[in-house]
Amino acid sequence: MKYVQKILKGWGSEIMKRKTVEYGKYGYIFIAPFFLVFLIFQLYPLLYTFYLSFVEYRMTQGKWCEPKFCGFDNFLSMLTKKDFKTGGTVWFDTLPMNSIKNTIVMWIINFIPQILLALLLASWFTDTVVKLKGQGAFKVMMFLPNIITASSIAILFYNLFGNSGPITILLRNIGIIDKNFSFLESKAATVGIIGFMQFWMWYGNTMIVLIAGILGINPSLYEAAMVDGASSRQQFFSITMPLLKPILQFTLVTSAIGGLQMFDIPSLYNVAQGIGQPGRISHTVTMTIKEYAFSQNPDYGKAAAISIILFIFTLAISLLFFALTRDKEPKQKHAVIR
Amino acid sequence: MAKTNSMDESYSAKIKATKIFRTVICVILCIISVFPFYTMIVNATHPSAVIERGIQLIPGGQLFKNISGLLERTKDVGTNVWEALLHSCMIAAPATILQVYFATFTAYGLTVYQFKLRNLAWSFIMAIMMIPAQVSIIGFMNFMMKINLYDTYWPLIIPAMAAPSTVYFMKQYMTGALSVEIIEAARIDGSGEFATFNKIALPLMKPAMATQAIFAFIASWNNLYTPSMMITNNQKYTLPMFVQGLRSDVIRTDYGFVYVGLTLTILPLLIVYFAFSKYIIAGVALGGVKE
Repeated sequence: MKYVQKILKGWGSEIMKRKTVEYGKYGYIFIAPFFLVFLIFQLYPLLYTFYLSFVEYRMTQGKWCEPKFCGFDNFLSMLTKKDFKTGGTVWFDTLPMNSIKNTIVMWIINFIPQILLALLLASWFTDTVVKLKGQGAFKVMMFLPNIITASSIAILFYNLFGNSGPITILLRNIGIIDKNFSFLESKAATVGIIGFMQFWMWYGNTMIVLIAGILGINPSLYEAAMVDGASSRQQFFSITMPLLKPILQFTLVTSAIGGLQMFDIPSLYNVAQGIGQPGRISHTVTMTIKEYAFSQNPDYGKAAAISIILFIFTLAISLLFFALTRDKEPKQKHAVIR
Repeated sequence: MAKTNSMDESYSAKIKATKIFRTVICVILCIISVFPFYTMIVNATHPSAVIERGIQLIPGGQLFKNISGLLERTKDVGTNVWEALLHSCMIAAPATILQVYFATFTAYGLTVYQFKLRNLAWSFIMAIMMIPAQVSIIGFMNFMMKINLYDTYWPLIIPAMAAPSTVYFMKQYMTGALSVEIIEAARIDGSGEFATFNKIALPLMKPAMATQAIFAFIASWNNLYTPSMMITNNQKYTLPMFVQGLRSDVIRTDYGFVYVGLTLTILPLLIVYFAFSKYIIAGVALGGVKE
């Protein structure tokens, strides 16, 4: 009898096993469409871009040349230029590299005020002592610019700050700016306004993310701090900030990666023939990629090379982020449990 | 006793003052957020000559004249504002459906089934979340030219099927919303795996799918970079590409027309936003705390 039971049991588990294996197959079927589309429409184009960055593939006199391998030539022409006075080569002071610099500058002047204001507002909105009324409405208004088409916003600001735009006229009449001052001819004003547009579009988003992060912190920590007589300021710097660190890092990285791809606003705000004005100061990396791909004589090799440089930058940022968060997460969990 | 009372009073007065100060700052920020759009809508109702005089705060009566003027002026650019709206819908609607459906489909596969490559596939999806589409656009363009899909809407629609961040969101939600018992019960009742997904899992995922659908639609609707690399025929322009045209020499000095064009492009989003703002803001909060 025992023996029979054993056989039956074994048989049962065998069936169970076979069943799970059978169902396991469905797992592959369910994830197949995603991976198929990813391989064809994202991974292959990425590898193809890698390939193109190592070949000479451009149009000269209206004709496409046969793609041929050229080693690092495309990259060298992105990274270096000839100094005509001395005959030597200059590293990094090229138009594509300067477009990366421009992008980083415009990202920084948007990100620093953005994260500071978002932190301040998030701390206000979660303050249990000074309870603000109408938070829902504030959030809705502050988040609003984020979902509006960036191209429309760029054109709107171009019109508002144009030479006969309402804001320019207003500021001229009040006397804040000179009668002949033009926002579009000033490098500082152009970069500043593009930075402001990004800031204005994104601080509401960052604020909502940070509020959610703060609300996720264990309330008993604050209660304990209050019993110990900690002020709101002390609570903010000793509890909120350290526990918010992973979210702050995440915000920083997503914003940095997104910021490097900046295109819509600078490509429509102050441009002439696709070149960021004045004097290329508002020309970003993605605009440079488009410039090479759609110029009079398109050069896909060079466009691919600058894309790969952008990819390496992006990769470095995400790897740095993962390296940073890996060793910090256990500490944070520990603090929460305590 | 009297002392503590006055202390309480000064304390609550301090809180009141802080509260007023913070409210004022928030109101100012809200005005800054809304003011450019208000100016835009007001200017859309004025003729160019009035707009050039300075900031207008009260709407005028030129709205319909401006709309017909805009249509007249953009007659020869290939795509007028209504066609641009239609084109953007033709791309955003199928892309949204594909993105949300297949993200849920993939998340279901990763949540419900045990298989060898499951953890690897999941880590892979998390890793590719950070890769922006812009870096591979040159290869994508050339590839689409080779297979004759360049200058069509397909390259703007199909890749939506593989959206790692949507899969991430769906899986996070599914782990809480879907229990194994329900699926096993469906199996005992003889339901096939795909039927179980479509008839039992999908309805349970509706709230998450709705939130993600709003985000997917807005992202596709607002996209300028990919369409401007993939579409060259000016009769196929999308809305952001049409907006780009408002800067061209044909029209840019006719401020009334420009503002009405901008208003028409922004209005649908404003309506969607105010209808769904609660879900949108909740979705942003959920998406942000994923770390």
